Amino acid sequence: MPMTMTEKILARASGRTEVGPGDNVWVNVDTLMTHDVCGPGTIGIFKREFGKNAKVWDPEKVVIIPDHYIFTSDDKCHRNVDILREFVREQGIPNYYDVGTKDYKGVCHVALAQEGHTRPGEVLFGTDSHTCMAGAFNQFATGIGNTDAAFILGTGKLLVKVPPTMRFDFDGEFPPYVMAKDVILHVIGDIGVAGATYKAMEFGGDAIKRLTMEERMTVCNMVIEGGGKNGVIDADETTFEYVRARTQKPFEPVVGDPGAAHVFAKRYDASTIEPTVARPHSPDNKARARELGDVRVTRAYIGSCTGGKITDFINAAEIMRGRRVAVDTFLVPATTEIAEGLRTEKVGGETLHAIFEAAGCKLSADASCAACLGGPKDTFGRINGPEVCISTTNRNFPGRMGSKEGQVYLASPYTVAASAVTGRITDPREFLQ
Amino acid sequence: MTASSKIRGKVFVLGDNIDTDQIIPAEYLNLVPTIPEEYEKLGSYALIGLPDGQGRFVPEGEAKTPYSIVLAGRNFGCGSSREHAPIALGAAGGKAVVAESYARIFFRNCVATGELYPVESPVRLVDEFQTGDEAEIDLDENAITNLRSGTRFELNALGDARPVIDAGGLFAYARETGMIPHSA
Repeated sequence: MPMTMTEKILARASGRTEVGPGDNVWVNVDTLMTHDVCGPGTIGIFKREFGKNAKVWDPEKVVIIPDHYIFTSDDKCHRNVDILREFVREQGIPNYYDVGTKDYKGVCHVALAQEGHTRPGEVLFGTDSHTCMAGAFNQFATGIGNTDAAFILGTGKLLVKVPPTMRFDFDGEFPPYVMAKDVILHVIGDIGVAGATYKAMEFGGDAIKRLTMEERMTVCNMVIEGGGKNGVIDADETTFEYVRARTQKPFEPVVGDPGAAHVFAKRYDASTIEPTVARPHSPDNKARARELGDVRVTRAYIGSCTGGKITDFINAAEIMRGRRVAVDTFLVPATTEIAEGLRTEKVGGETLHAIFEAAGCKLSADASCAACLGGPKDTFGRINGPEVCISTTNRNFPGRMGSKEGQVYLASPYTVAASAVTGRITDPREFLQ
Repeated sequence: MTASSKIRGKVFVLGDNIDTDQIIPAEYLNLVPTIPEEYEKLGSYALIGLPDGQGRFVPEGEAKTPYSIVLAGRNFGCGSSREHAPIALGAAGGKAVVAESYARIFFRNCVATGELYPVESPVRLVDEFQTGDEAEIDLDENAITNLRSGTRFELNALGDARPVIDAGGLFAYARETGMIPHSA
């Protein structure tokens, strides 16, 4: 039987020649990632179940990236990082990116990629639902809970049900004002927040092939917002160039077989995609940006795994250069590498940092998840009242960015930057013509 | 551990797409579930992220809920992979959720932790119950009865997930069935 990319990865990882949707298979795990929010609980279960002197199955395959609650005065958050630090020392885990050192990176999903931990054809689990972002690298990558993660720590294996695959093809070329965020918000709007539950979402077509790695990551990051188990994209020269620049480890990509069965298939004409917004309080509450010109916003936010990468800031800067923001605009680089990039990357001869400063943005020097998920009360950019925020992040559930009184509109960095300048939801074509 | 096949208690009724930020808001994720007093604390915050006006699952100032059963619509538990979500519901004293469908990771976390039974209903039940109604779930018969109205509704069988939850979660089940050794 011909197999999809997801089926091929799971077949290889479970030592079988063939798997199909619905098969329950034990897979060997290539990488387990955890962070400061779920790591301490995972470690607690690992010790309780495997013994206090137990050793992880393979220290080289465990990656620990504190990123959620770092720049806060909350004592428990600091205690949680101490638990990670102690565990890493005791287990001899080399891939740890400690807070307060030059090794600190920031948001785990972006840091995983930048540090070479996302490799084609492999299996990655993480204690975070946006682990699916790594599917952009032709991986099987998905989020799990603490108990499953503790099981992997002890055994290196996990029982997985092979998902059926949904296929999304984008023919032609996306317009220059359309970003990956518009594409995935459009898809989620079409299928709904549970449209891909238990399923793999496979993206292809000429327009997807033309996307940069960072843009492909944005697409796969949000498959969980459609309920998807994983997202996956073919590996090509764009993938290989990114990965080989960051790791010497060998890898073996998979290619979907011609004729592999998809439970759903949809073809889009890429040129018809428009700047798209998800209205409160659901990522599938889709509207065109140009239809929401009457919605006044009180703040704008650019950051997170989904929307705080260097290309996200470059695109925002294209609109903000030479302009002033009309509302409080919070910018949080996802990683320290991106924070550095804000001072070196230029648009029109000016650094991004200079452009954002001149525009009047509030720029955090600290890379982290910050206010994407609210967090402790003193988190940078957190919504603490009845704000109307337009944001490049991935979720707009009630209270997601802090206060339950807040309303969050999700949009691309172009649309968020344009809206920050006007103070109302604005189609970026108003600035990009 | 032997588990009873019947769960009886008050129901707490919710709508569709109840996400994990509503079940346990991110500001409480500094609590570590394996630390006993923080486990209890997570319970006291269960469903505190619901929009105002939807009532409290756990009364203010208390640690436990008067509701044993959460009854909801579609896609319960969507969003984050935080295991804190089923743990908060279980730590508060919740025994089961009955919903039309579940987000995948939440369902898996319910089973892995053994904190509560995520039971699927083939039909929409949220209009058939009111918060505070007394109800009984029979896991052997795959049914829930509204004891106020006397109406009985079929539920989908939990299948292989049930013995795992009966045992108290993935590790307890794996030990009981000899998949992993007994003492750590």
